[in-house]
Amino acid sequence: MMRTSIGRGLVLAAAAGLALLPAGAAAADTVAPTPSPGAVTVTKAGTSFITAAQISAGQPVAVGASVGDYLYWSFPAQAGQVHDVAVTVTFPADRKRAGDSTWSVDVFDGLRRRQACTAGAQTPAVAATATRVDLGCTLRAVRSWAEPWSGDPLPGTYYVRLSVAELADRDLGMPVEVDLLVSLLGDEGAPADDGTLKTPLVPPVKAGTILDEQALSPTSAQEDSEDGSWFDGVSFTGWIPDLSSRWIWTTAGGILAAVAGVVGFAMTRRPRVR
Amino acid sequence: MGGAERGRPGSTATVHARLIALSPADQSKRELAIVPAVINIKRSTAALLGLMAAVPLLGIQPANAAEPTRTSEAPRVELVLDVSGSMRARDIGGRSRIAVAQEAFNEVVDALPETTELGIRVLGATYPGDDPAIGCRDTQQIVPVGPVDKPAAKAAVADLRPTGYTPVGLALREAAKDLGTGDTTRRIVLITDGEDTCAPPDPCEVARELAAQGTHLVVDTLGLAPDDKVRNQLVCIASATGGTYTAAESAEDLTDRIKQLVDRASDTYTQAPALVAGGEECAKAPLLGPGVYTDRESFSEHRWYRVPVRTGEELRASVSVSLDRPVSRDYGVLLRATATDGRELVRGTDAGSGRTDVLSAGLRWSGAEEEALEETVGASPSPTASAEPLTTVCLVVSNSFAPAAGTRTTPGMPVELTIDVVEAAPTPDGPDLGRGWVLLLLLTVAGLVTGLVSGLLTRWWVATWRENR
Repeated sequence: MMRTSIGRGLVLAAAAGLALLPAGAAAADTVAPTPSPGAVTVTKAGTSFITAAQISAGQPVAVGASVGDYLYWSFPAQAGQVHDVAVTVTFPADRKRAGDSTWSVDVFDGLRRRQACTAGAQTPAVAATATRVDLGCTLRAVRSWAEPWSGDPLPGTYYVRLSVAELADRDLGMPVEVDLLVSLLGDEGAPADDGTLKTPLVPPVKAGTILDEQALSPTSAQEDSEDGSWFDGVSFTGWIPDLSSRWIWTTAGGILAAVAGVVGFAMTRRPRVR
Repeated sequence: MGGAERGRPGSTATVHARLIALSPADQSKRELAIVPAVINIKRSTAALLGLMAAVPLLGIQPANAAEPTRTSEAPRVELVLDVSGSMRARDIGGRSRIAVAQEAFNEVVDALPETTELGIRVLGATYPGDDPAIGCRDTQQIVPVGPVDKPAAKAAVADLRPTGYTPVGLALREAAKDLGTGDTTRRIVLITDGEDTCAPPDPCEVARELAAQGTHLVVDTLGLAPDDKVRNQLVCIASATGGTYTAAESAEDLTDRIKQLVDRASDTYTQAPALVAGGEECAKAPLLGPGVYTDRESFSEHRWYRVPVRTGEELRASVSVSLDRPVSRDYGVLLRATATDGRELVRGTDAGSGRTDVLSAGLRWSGAEEEALEETVGASPSPTASAEPLTTVCLVVSNSFAPAAGTRTTPGMPVELTIDVVEAAPTPDGPDLGRGWVLLLLLTVAGLVTGLVSGLLTRWWVATWRENR
């Protein structure tokens, strides 16, 4: 009875461990950059960081614009996610352009720090005769935590800016159609061991307030957060690791070790000769 | 919006998962004695799985936490229409420019969002004479900024006849007055077909001056069948205020664009940033709390700000410098955080070349590390004080823009500074538990070896005991 139950437990634990491991990898292969079913097309764009139009992954954007506009969108990202930005600019068929142009899609994090693209045509140049231009940018996987001094991508708001970097002045103001899609290429979830950012990189949008010198006196500083710090310091469960697949692996390892120990012990006992 | 809806089910799921996960675990403790072991293992595995499913969900924040704070103030926008003599030209699909503009205005007024307060100002509409002194003061507000009486507004627009001069600069100044001051962004949509015939004041200088006044004003410009000179002027006005420029060559272009701009006024209007003037050095710098600020910085100027940061808090700062005038091809912006004694803590930088609207840099700095440093050095400023010592971090914004030939250097370029002070995220500890096949193999081998050794020891001991009996 006991043996069968332990066996089943082992199988369950192993299955759970296996199921947790490849989930992220499988998701990355199957998701293609298409709009989410049922997603409402966004028909607006902002013109600065602070007025960026909010979209989410899988939500298509179709907006009319003028050559020379700087268009901004923002989308939220969570730890473990890999996003891809795909933009298509369509030129009107009945208008001739004066010269070649270079287009650019830039992605910034919540602190307006430029983000690197791991793939995609970020700054394509197009001939005056082209009818459309495709831009793309695949971002790095969002990390769950990074040192304050690093520039790693972190959870929070991301900004996409579409602009034309070089063009013939005479083409300024010409109407174009812009289609944009931010898609989720993969989501491996937040790794439990890598720490967490207490507050995501979501910038404040409220007007600030200029403080007076009293804000610098230590007494006023004390009042605000003394309670919080005291409770933070006294933690009774802080030493227990967070729940993760490591618990299963380690438990399974312990059980295997115990079984192996019994087996090893049994191997040294000769059948008793009577 | 979609994100916010998505976020909510996520958080409920978390709560459910927790309930499901915790209650069987409690039950399993109580039933341990009577229920067969198999069920317990199954249950606790299920509980563990449930908990683990909940863990990633805990990380989901409301997707659009950056939802701009809407103030009670309605979005305000003013259309400024050029009704100068040149609007008579019949060059837009065989129709006169004014007819096209009137049609577009009608459609825009019809499609006006309920909440938007719209005003209409015209220039060059009344004085048919030749005296520039009078013609260049010819601008009137025909629809006051406020909730729009649609039939009246349409009638006012329909009565317009192309007449006089083109005092664009004056019209912009007056339009800014019409919109008044408040705590949100205001938009002016300027529709014109010709160059300002009344400069000075140069409309581009007027636009820059309005932008520098600190009332957050955006001027979008629309050129009707524009030539190079008009385009340059309108692009200059638009870029000086962070607006857009469109060349309209058909009635459809014009209508669509004005509608879009009016909609944008209500879509994207936000609380205008607080006005601040950075200091020349850290000691004289203004003390900033979390929020968005705007300032002006000239070429090669340094602007200092101070932010109080407590231990266990993290400072986040970003800065955007707008290129509101022609500058040399290559440029850069640098945001540095320093301690009060001038030692650098961290920097954010970005550089670029070519055409762009803003150049931004950002940085994070955590106060916890600073405190730890002070403790190890043993130079804690006040040992009796609370556990929350206050560090003042100095921020300095500098730029490496160079003015293009003939570019004015005053007023400085617009700087948008975003400050946030949040709870610091400490460096994670190494994991206490293991993972992976190597771990399983190692533990199994260790167990096997232990079993073998103890088995052999037992045999030896038993044998020795038998012999010595």
